[in-house]
Amino acid sequence: MASTIRMRAVSSGDTTEVQALVQHPMDSGFVKDAQGNLIPPHYIEVVEFEHAGKSVFTAYWGPAVSKDPYIKFSFKGAQKGDDLTVSWVDNKGATDSLVGKIQ
Amino acid sequence: MNSKNLTKHIDARPGQTRRAVLQATMAGALAGAGLAGTAPLNRARAAADASKWPKEAFSQKTEADAIKALYGKTPEPSDKVTLDAPEIAENGAVVPIAVSTTLADVTSIAILVSENPFPLAANYPIPPGTAPMVASRLKMAKTSKVIALIASGDKVFSASKEVKVTVGGCGG
Repeated sequence: MASTIRMRAVSSGDTTEVQALVQHPMDSGFVKDAQGNLIPPHYIEVVEFEHAGKSVFTAYWGPAVSKDPYIKFSFKGAQKGDDLTVSWVDNKGATDSLVGKIQ
Repeated sequence: MNSKNLTKHIDARPGQTRRAVLQATMAGALAGAGLAGTAPLNRARAAADASKWPKEAFSQKTEADAIKALYGKTPEPSDKVTLDAPEIAENGAVVPIAVSTTLADVTSIAILVSENPFPLAANYPIPPGTAPMVASRLKMAKTSKVIALIASGDKVFSASKEVKVTVGGCGG
């Protein structure tokens, strides 16, 4: 199984710009399926980005974040070639994580 | 008799050693294969911690209650907060929203959609060294005011924008 996360982190001198895409249904709990039954809420609650053992970005998400969520942010203090760890946990306790290299 | 036993004995040892070596090699090969299998995924220990998720703020049904639960104070409108959202969103399921600010000492960013069943859409604590900027995509049930909140120092600043939604993104 491939990872649910795709991440691209590009360093431009001092600042590292990170873009990540996660494959997740992000069901809000308000949508009905073809039979008219409500699809129960299923969404990512927390996304955590870590560099050198330190949190550089945390996202707390509600069900209003779109399906297959996208996130972009930037931070300082990392160098080209450093590892950047991203992990998420959803409201059902499922998780996934990925280690990427800063380009 | 003696020599036969001795031969057997000697024979047995290399056999065992060879088996041990073979087993070790097999184990090594398997471990290597296992490693190679997981390496492209680069899985690490999960660091995301759901216990810090601000449950109360996310379960409020009005924008004022959500802001109160999250920050406990009333936000001041500020032109230093930039909310980048489309005038018209054709598809309410995917509305690109970006928030940034020129304010210093930013500790948190929050995005709310007033007319959504749960107005608080996302909350981003900003650690030192991280730029006070975030871009993502949100779902909008219908045409609504989108509010960006920035906690800076001991105050909360806001910017808002009306986004027209042609097709709702919450199922309707």
